Amino acid sequence: MLLDRIRFIVIVETGLLGLTYHAWLFYLLAALAIGAGVGTITRKNPVTSAFFLILHFIFLAGLYASLHAHLLAVMQVLVYAGAIMVLVLFVIMLLNLGKEPESQQSEQVVIRKIAGYSFSAVMLVMVGLAALLSMDKGNTMMTTMADNVDTLGTAESIGAEMFTTYLFPFEAVSLLLLAAVAGSILLAKKRLMN
Amino acid sequence: METGITLDSYLIVSAVLFTLGVVGVITRRNAIVILMSIEMMLNAANLSLVALSAYMGDITGQIFVFFVMTVAAAEVAVGLAIVLALFRNKQTIYVDDVNILKW
Repeated sequence: MLLDRIRFIVIVETGLLGLTYHAWLFYLLAALAIGAGVGTITRKNPVTSAFFLILHFIFLAGLYASLHAHLLAVMQVLVYAGAIMVLVLFVIMLLNLGKEPESQQSEQVVIRKIAGYSFSAVMLVMVGLAALLSMDKGNTMMTTMADNVDTLGTAESIGAEMFTTYLFPFEAVSLLLLAAVAGSILLAKKRLMN
Repeated sequence: METGITLDSYLIVSAVLFTLGVVGVITRRNAIVILMSIEMMLNAANLSLVALSAYMGDITGQIFVFFVMTVAAAEVAVGLAIVLALFRNKQTIYVDDVNILKW
């Protein structure tokens, strides 16, 4: 018991290998989220892609929780990993698609591949430079979370703000959802008359 | 609150995820996978909003993420309806084969 308690204090308070438990959690979740994202865009079978995307959303929910945004983490799992991905998987299986057929190497396909890979190369170089710059603590914008972060992401504080300051946008969103429902029924219906 | 992780780390992860989404949209041909890549980009933006919200101590970022999630849900519903209509009319969902709007 005492030994466990001491080990807990050593790991949580001072951290393992000089990193706090929060830092370990962050690096683990970030690596998993990026890995699942790579899986989503590289798999040929859309069902595999969709399952990788579900994993990606769940790891992202973990990152939200590490930022003390508890309500958003729950919403991420319920809305994204739950509702939206079920809809996507339902459509994939309804259309009964197999693997993506090998594209004929037309000029268009080659141009698109080159554009995609050069864009990612440019972005990764920029991100690498940003990472190198942020190694120096003097360059970082913020090194610590806000003091009130514990109470920031609770349902209570989000609800209080949502239904006072942001009441009009909240009501406007219901109109957007109504339009989306009507529009998707209109688009997916076979014949409009009878 | 000292956590050992700076805001920059979260923003870098967000940028990497956004890049993955853009590459997915550009290189993939399956319309549903393109929709999923768009979702990934929206989520990358959400991550940076939540991170900024937590580090600046301002709730507005998290409220905004709620609205982004709502718009994303609406977008997926309409996008998938378009994909269904496309499949019914042209028996394909590969964007290469859909070029009647091109000059």
